[in-house]
Amino acid sequence: MYGNDVIDPNEPLNAAETAAYDEAAAHVERRAVGEAAGDGFDALIAADQRIEPRDAMPEKYRETLIRQIAQHAHSEIIGMQPEGNWITRAPSLRRKAILIAKVQDEAGHGLYLYSAAETLGIDRAELLDRLHDGKQKYSSIFNYPTLTWADNGAIGWLVDGAAIMNQVPLCRCSYGPYARAMIRVCKEESFHQRQGFEILWTLMRGTEAQRAMAQDAANRWWWPALAMFGPPDTGEAAKGGGHTEQSMAWGIKRFANDDLRQKFVDMMVPQADKLGIVLPDPELRWNADRGHYDFGEIDWDEFWRVLRGDGACNAERIEHRRRAHDEGAWVREAATAYAAKQAAKRQESAA
Amino acid sequence: MSGVPTPPAEKVADRPAEKSWPLWEVFVRGKRGLSHVHAGSLHAPDAAFALRNARDVYTRRQEGVSIWVVLADDITASSPDEKDSFFDPAADKIYRHPTFYDVPDDVEYL
Repeated sequence: MYGNDVIDPNEPLNAAETAAYDEAAAHVERRAVGEAAGDGFDALIAADQRIEPRDAMPEKYRETLIRQIAQHAHSEIIGMQPEGNWITRAPSLRRKAILIAKVQDEAGHGLYLYSAAETLGIDRAELLDRLHDGKQKYSSIFNYPTLTWADNGAIGWLVDGAAIMNQVPLCRCSYGPYARAMIRVCKEESFHQRQGFEILWTLMRGTEAQRAMAQDAANRWWWPALAMFGPPDTGEAAKGGGHTEQSMAWGIKRFANDDLRQKFVDMMVPQADKLGIVLPDPELRWNADRGHYDFGEIDWDEFWRVLRGDGACNAERIEHRRRAHDEGAWVREAATAYAAKQAAKRQESAA
Repeated sequence: MSGVPTPPAEKVADRPAEKSWPLWEVFVRGKRGLSHVHAGSLHAPDAAFALRNARDVYTRRQEGVSIWVVLADDITASSPDEKDSFFDPAADKIYRHPTFYDVPDDVEYL
């Protein structure tokens, strides 16, 4: 029932399928050639070389990375929830298998990222505590609810699409373990975005009710997806105290929030047209002078409100996360006890 | 480390079970004929668990035909601070490279 004509596999659907990703992934080889930069932190950064875990680095750089990688890792594992709660209600076995694989991927991405954070000298358990205590954040997008099946499509298409747009430049991050984790993550995210597009594509060719469901999901996810790129880097709205400038100087961040957001809009508008979905922005139109789409004002008050805890699902997400962790404690303890017992046995037989 | 389960404490980091899982480094052989390459790391209570977790974390898309797991603590690494002096002995021996040698252009198979 899902024909092969659905999506042209040669047509890039997201940033991980463009030359930008290939270039980022090849970056490491290009840089490894010129090793003559010297070993100091500043020299390495100036030469666009990577910093590795045991290199000397400014404390601020380490802290910035721990905060950013941890927040990213938290987002991956909290991000399992909005779609995870549709696994039992997926409309077919095919969709269920795909959804399980996708949610498992998010867990895996969380693990890659926690591993990368740990190379900076912090323990994963400590980071989980900070998440559970609300001291560290995760992406605000996951505080929105998944009300219908079509939301799974909108999340894959828009939320994962935006995430990839953000993450492709991170494949060139100056911190080696983070960059390497991002290369893996981007490669895997690409399927997430395609399956989301395919869910919407299928619905848009279905009944009127299915088309309405897809349109409604896109209406609700479009603006939060645009907000995922973070507040503007310049102008009045930039007063939120962003980290863009320093992060750019350190090669942690490669593009300004607004640039990535514009790229995302430019990529998504033709895809929405293809789907037959109307993006919920009356100001959205092609600007031939700029060579980009103009789009309306993002509601940053809502963004900050949801980020501070006043979203539909903030409390539920953390509550669920804590419960899952607490209810899994006996498994972890049993595994520890078993390992201790086996180790003791080996010691005995060796004695 | 005792085998008696402890009641959940206030903080994850304080729980003995969470703290005691050592870090393992994971090496994956992509396919027959290639060497094992470092893929990442993970926490696990023992080697068998580390292998299973490594399979689920690093080879969900058939990225490997063989996995090694090594306790991170068992790896001895050269120090980045001593990088120069440590690798220095190789720096002035360019005669170890074939390009060092002057030979006529028209000699075949050389």
